Amino acid sequence: MKNWKYFMMTGIVGSALILGACGNDEKSNSSSNSSSSSAESNASASDHEKLEGKLSGDGSSTVAPIMEAIVEEYSAEQPKVQVSVGVSGTGGGFEKFINGETDFSDASRPIKDEEAAKLKEKGIDYTEMKIAYDGLSIVVNKENTWLKDATVKELKEIWIESGKDKKWSDINSKWPNEKIVYYSPGTESGTYDYFVNDILEGKDIVKSATLSEDDNVLVKGVESDKNAIGYFGFAYYIANKDKLSVVKVDGVEPTHDTIKSGEYTPLSRPLFVYVKNEAVKSNPVMYNFMKYAIDNAGDLAESVGYVRSPDEDYSEDLTKLEALK
Amino acid sequence: MNYLHEDRVKKRMASRLIKNKLLKSFFLGATLLSLVVLAILMYRMISQGHAYLNWDFLTNFSSRFPQNAGIKAALIGSLWLLAVVAPVSLLFGVGAAVYLEEYAKKSKLTTFIQMNISNLAGVPSIVFGLLGLTIFVRMLSLGKSVLAAGFTMSLLILPVIIVASQEAIRAVPKDLREASYGMGATKWQTIVKIVLPSAIPGILTGGILALSRAIGETAPLVVLGIPVIIHFLPEGLLSEFTALPMQIFDWAKRPQEEFQYVAAAGILVLMIVLVIMNSVAIIIRNKFSKRY
Repeated sequence: MKNWKYFMMTGIVGSALILGACGNDEKSNSSSNSSSSSAESNASASDHEKLEGKLSGDGSSTVAPIMEAIVEEYSAEQPKVQVSVGVSGTGGGFEKFINGETDFSDASRPIKDEEAAKLKEKGIDYTEMKIAYDGLSIVVNKENTWLKDATVKELKEIWIESGKDKKWSDINSKWPNEKIVYYSPGTESGTYDYFVNDILEGKDIVKSATLSEDDNVLVKGVESDKNAIGYFGFAYYIANKDKLSVVKVDGVEPTHDTIKSGEYTPLSRPLFVYVKNEAVKSNPVMYNFMKYAIDNAGDLAESVGYVRSPDEDYSEDLTKLEALK
Repeated sequence: MNYLHEDRVKKRMASRLIKNKLLKSFFLGATLLSLVVLAILMYRMISQGHAYLNWDFLTNFSSRFPQNAGIKAALIGSLWLLAVVAPVSLLFGVGAAVYLEEYAKKSKLTTFIQMNISNLAGVPSIVFGLLGLTIFVRMLSLGKSVLAAGFTMSLLILPVIIVASQEAIRAVPKDLREASYGMGATKWQTIVKIVLPSAIPGILTGGILALSRAIGETAPLVVLGIPVIIHFLPEGLLSEFTALPMQIFDWAKRPQEEFQYVAAAGILVLMIVLVIMNSVAIIIRNKFSKRY
């Protein structure tokens, strides 16, 4: 009776799954209150008219947690507005933006010249908004006792491809005579572009580096190898603080304060949303959404581990947005 | 004269027995390996995900807080996707199989087509994603809609369905067909009334397994640019949507560790959907296989 066996098997597998599902659910309610508090404080009375419409965006995975927060709160307020945001990476997002498939594009680096040129070719005018700050964090393994503070020059020496395998002792003779293991975000990510352009000044990153679009892979890699070094967005460092050591850059440790004040240079960087001017002009929903986003981006960014921009940035964004309307 | 060298046989007996035992345990191990992997996977997912798997998880949209994150948009999105993929792929898949088995003459062209279909079944899914992006999303400008993703997924599983249906149709005994013709039935009547009903268990088993693949496939959706941050349900075939694997992928990439558990809970939901689908396949097969 072959059929019997099949029934038995699905029965067993199914019941295992259902039993597993009956676990405790105490956690579910603990923080549901905090989700709405930040949004309520900023909701101005005039925004309460209910709008209807569609918007779509795509872009950076670094900006994604902030966007998730904005969309989550915005759709609580405007349930009939359908906002969809993809997470294709900064480069992938711009590709869709250039193709006219999206109304806005999230980016963790400024737009590149060739991207701007393509947009011009297609006749798409855009405006750049800064919605939050991120501090690119250089991390090493917990057992790494030698690298606590690095100068930008040292970072360059560590990360630029020199044609041969590098050891820690090659950078500084006091450091161990062991091969450096590298972890870096993938080439589609704006974090990679930012690091290569602004820190390595456009020179090639070491070829032996493990590149991954999933930052958790980098966290795990650095966590498990004494000789590893990696870099990624501040939020990933904060979430894994107890597993990794952060490296000070020119004596400054990345914290909310040092990133916001700009003291943590050159690794603190703004995060952007690029909006299509035409969309703001022709689609009232787009204006409403962006206004909401700028008004709340600071609080919401902090709630997911990023750093709010200085207030001037937000008021500047708002002026730009009003001008587009 | 002695045909058996008993002493020699005796000498080799011990080593033969050992060889036999070794190989037997290796084959048993090979059989158990997949089961063990499944058990470990299930254990991990259940132990990590159970705390987040509750009614709220099914009825909430995703959230920046792991406690509030839910899978509603992705679950409903995947069902919408299924609603497109199932009819499209089964209709075209079975149609192609019926043509190839019942109508097409054995020529070089049909052999060529046959070979290509088998090859297509082995093409990596990401290639279908690129195809879908060029044709459905951009050329036909369907956008990142349920329809575009559904068509892409249908193309992806079509070869599998065609091959499975062909096997099923081929397995229908010749006697049944000949009896039908003998009773004066036309070709069409024979196909519809005799061949398809008796082939349906095989067709559906292959079909539903292929549909399960479409539900779990991530790469083509990533290439199509299916959005992840979505707080509404699809309203029609041209609505944007998100799907279970995309949502799970997104959670697994989040910085906070709790999201790994949310992702595990998402995987459990996906697995439950797959188990239900496979059970349905088995039930349908049993129901129909009793008829003949």
